[in-house]
Amino acid sequence: MSLQAPESRPPPDTTTAVHPVVHPVVHPAVHPETIPLTPELLISQLLRGGVLLSMSLVTCGMVMTFFRHPDYFSSPDALQRLTSPDSAPHRLPDVFEGVMAVRGQSFVMAGLLVMITVPVLRVALSLGIFRAQRDRTFAAITTGVLALLLLAFLLGGVE
Amino acid sequence: MAAALDATPFNFVAIVMLVSMGAGLLGSLLGLGGGLILIPVLTLVLKVDIRYAVGASIVSVIATSSGAAAAYVRDGLANLRVAMFLELATVAGALTGAMLAGMVSGRALYLLFGAVMAYSALAMLRKLRDDDAPREEPPPDALADRLALHGSYYDASTEREVTYRVHRPLAGLGLMYVAGTVSGLLGIGSGALKVPAMDLAMGLPIKVSTATSNFMIGVTAAASAGIYFARGDIDPFIAGPVCVGVTLGAFAGSRYLTKLKSGSLRMLFVAVLLWVSFEMLSKGVHG
Repeated sequence: MSLQAPESRPPPDTTTAVHPVVHPVVHPAVHPETIPLTPELLISQLLRGGVLLSMSLVTCGMVMTFFRHPDYFSSPDALQRLTSPDSAPHRLPDVFEGVMAVRGQSFVMAGLLVMITVPVLRVALSLGIFRAQRDRTFAAITTGVLALLLLAFLLGGVE
Repeated sequence: MAAALDATPFNFVAIVMLVSMGAGLLGSLLGLGGGLILIPVLTLVLKVDIRYAVGASIVSVIATSSGAAAAYVRDGLANLRVAMFLELATVAGALTGAMLAGMVSGRALYLLFGAVMAYSALAMLRKLRDDDAPREEPPPDALADRLALHGSYYDASTEREVTYRVHRPLAGLGLMYVAGTVSGLLGIGSGALKVPAMDLAMGLPIKVSTATSNFMIGVTAAASAGIYFARGDIDPFIAGPVCVGVTLGAFAGSRYLTKLKSGSLRMLFVAVLLWVSFEMLSKGVHG
């Protein structure tokens, strides 16, 4: 994954742009000189990285599933079982356990969960960027969005 | 359940992945998420239970959004500030919708889905002539100025830098709450409502509307995805191939948006909406 900025944009500050995916929040107190950041580039790289990670996990899981169950290439009955209710892990500990046990469908699920998390991380990264730009209004708006998102996940956990 | 379809799991995965690629391609251009195409194909053709179709569709929306937005954000097509401002309303709406989802019947969902699509299509069609003409200056808007929502982008089809001014951000916010609720209910990104809201109410160019909608739908969908996951509506065997196919399609589609003529984009948008609207309404009427 290339982190080079297109030539038309100001070069990103290397201290913040080297690992945008790993350290999404840029603290203004630590890097006061990073303005202007290239928020577009940071967000773009986060999205791309997250999507590629998710895709790799899902693809691995799918390959594993078919490798383990050669009958899936020939048996119509198996399909009915696979798409019937409650065939899949849908609690975080179950997914984790399945991944540890190298179960294909749990890998797929882990990849899907990564995909679901990417937009949340994107909002968190935006919050860091608006704070770095000292844009109070948008930092507040973004905090609101993030709070609502976390509330949604909490509610999901409760049900 | 896939009872009526005599396919092997491998065939099923292959079909779902192919259809998903198409959905991702179209969705990334139109700002729609792939749900519009996926839900009908999964339920009507592959006989998947609507619950799992909606769960897979939520994943497809996020995949389309993140896959395509990576390019749209980098190219300056998606307006980050407009997106974040409106996401306040869409996420609140998505929460509302996901809470209500268990209480609404499948048939009512189809009817609602169809009506939403038909309305959007007609509203968008009325603006067809404006697209590639020079833009009229909208009346100044104090809130949009204060939030610095205005922007510009480079249009590769006309080889011009297009500058635009945003107006009526509050009207946009209200429509986005409705859009969010619909997406929580139906498991679609409801770009079908987001795009017209930005296009008609807020005066954004059509390409900026679809690109920004694309960027936003992932966040809206993520808000409901947690709830769907906990409910067990996301089946990896269905959602997995959807995820991969849609992402590949979205990567491909996001390369073409800026080269497409705005008028053609609008026609494509309207045509897709009308088709899906018809499909869904008939499903709702006949049960």
